[in-house]
Amino acid sequence: MNASNWVINEPEAMRFQVNRSTLIDPQVLELERRRIFDVCWIYVGHESEVRAPGDFRTRIVCDRPVIFCRDSKSRVRVFLNTCRHRGSIVCRETGGNAKSHTCFYHGWTYNCDGELDAVPGEDAYPPRFRKSDFALKEPPRVASYRGFVFLNFDADAVPLEDYLAGAKEYIDIIVDQSPTGQMEVIQGLQDYDIRANWKLLAENSFDDYHLISVHASWLSYLRNSGVEMKRPEKGHLLPGHGVGKPLGNGHGCTDNVNFRGRPVARWIPIYGEEARPEIERIRAELVTRLGEHRASRVADTNRNLYIFPNLFLNDGSSVTIRTFYPLAPDRMRVLAWALGPAEESPTARAVRLDSFLTFYGPGGFATPDDIEVLETIQAGLGTYREVPWMEVTRGMAKESEQLNTDEWHLRELWIQWDKLMRTERAA
Amino acid sequence: MTTVGAASSITRADVEEFLYEEAALLDAWRLDDWLALMTEDAVYRVPSNDSPDADPQNTLFIVADDINRIRARVARLKKKDAHAEDPRSRTRRLLTNVRIVGRNGAALEVEANFSVTRFRRNDGIRTYIGHYRYGLRVEGARLKIAKRVAVIDSMELGGLGSISFIL
Repeated sequence: MNASNWVINEPEAMRFQVNRSTLIDPQVLELERRRIFDVCWIYVGHESEVRAPGDFRTRIVCDRPVIFCRDSKSRVRVFLNTCRHRGSIVCRETGGNAKSHTCFYHGWTYNCDGELDAVPGEDAYPPRFRKSDFALKEPPRVASYRGFVFLNFDADAVPLEDYLAGAKEYIDIIVDQSPTGQMEVIQGLQDYDIRANWKLLAENSFDDYHLISVHASWLSYLRNSGVEMKRPEKGHLLPGHGVGKPLGNGHGCTDNVNFRGRPVARWIPIYGEEARPEIERIRAELVTRLGEHRASRVADTNRNLYIFPNLFLNDGSSVTIRTFYPLAPDRMRVLAWALGPAEESPTARAVRLDSFLTFYGPGGFATPDDIEVLETIQAGLGTYREVPWMEVTRGMAKESEQLNTDEWHLRELWIQWDKLMRTERAA
Repeated sequence: MTTVGAASSITRADVEEFLYEEAALLDAWRLDDWLALMTEDAVYRVPSNDSPDADPQNTLFIVADDINRIRARVARLKKKDAHAEDPRSRTRRLLTNVRIVGRNGAALEVEANFSVTRFRRNDGIRTYIGHYRYGLRVEGARLKIAKRVAVIDSMELGGLGSISFIL
């Protein structure tokens, strides 16, 4: 494996190529686990998923089973879900509320602050055994921004807010949908595998170049449902203007003038006439609270926000939190939730969820075609020795702004990936 | 499709015949004929795996189609640019344990277990196991589908991937 051959970035020569081995080589994935997933801030969950002391969710984050919870003092915590005795997963429920979690192997019991509370037959342990030494372990770092909770397995990582860099501004736009700044995760998890390398989904989720070809049938659906779409302007491929923007540390986003409708707050016929007054009321609330300019930013633009390495907040036909983990070089697990303002009316919530399904998810009108294209790419990668390079140069020669169909933001993803992969770490 | 008598006299055999016919239409990708089985207010739903009994008004589903969306789904699937189904999945539906669990005038509540296998190129067979909850209605001496909910047993979709075909 030769690191110098992964990414060729020669701006003067207008050359940018990524070696396809990065998408198929098991050694690359092993290195990614240590040099990317173990040093970057990784999304765990949203604070709304654990509201009251004792509330918990279990999930697997970068191969580590974790308990994501509120402790007795209502602080959001993350515990590694492994018994300090023999290693069994302690909490086997997917979620709920509990004052304590008991490992069923020998009955070690941890309270919701992670402290080891009870050890059956404790008197048989030697005198130096102290329960206080055996609390559930926590990842070295846990922090949250606007309700989004991240962990970091690197104790020396920069603070979360520094890490998020330019992505914070876009998270703020999303959270501004809520009158009180309280977004909440909505019940119903979409949890599915894609038989493709995880970086292909990273690229695909904020690459608008593929929209007209991969999602032609979705665009037809919108058009047939009475959604007005202009002919693309000169130099554009899509009905609305949109740019692609790197946001630092590999993060980036598309930032688009909306043409597809938004539950907050741009009505389209798909929502139904009866929902129209509610969408207009939401719009009016935005204008009153934020002023015309900011309200328009929230309501009339949409964005797919990438937080390196494996999180998207897609604020388009609805808002989805989408995170994904490599299971193998050619396979990933995707978790996707819907996110909405906590104070949303039942009507607005129903519109949001319905709008979600017009595009997103394994049964939507667009995501299955994305899954198909990623799996089709992966199938093509069997040729990576004979056809080793991917071309990532769209927009490179342009003086003018970089569109969402250009690849500046994708190049920045790869530059960050390459930088981290070249940074040696202690094993 | 065979005609049936009054809803009160419909037997499990009538329902089975109807559901077997529906399954055959779907396996043969005769989607327009399948669409003709729907009432004007039909819904087709696949709940998220972690919320099998939820309401799509307040819970994210995988599929939550009203009749307009069902028609749009069929229209999409018939096109070459529904890439996830090009080439089309080969499916085989096994229905069993068919039960009429409720009757109300012309309406019947029916449940049935399913095992749907799906084969796509370059891939092993994927098996979707679960149960259907049907709301059937007698309209013009024929059974029609007013509600069709496919509940998958597995805790997550995982290796089943997408549900780009009609489950």
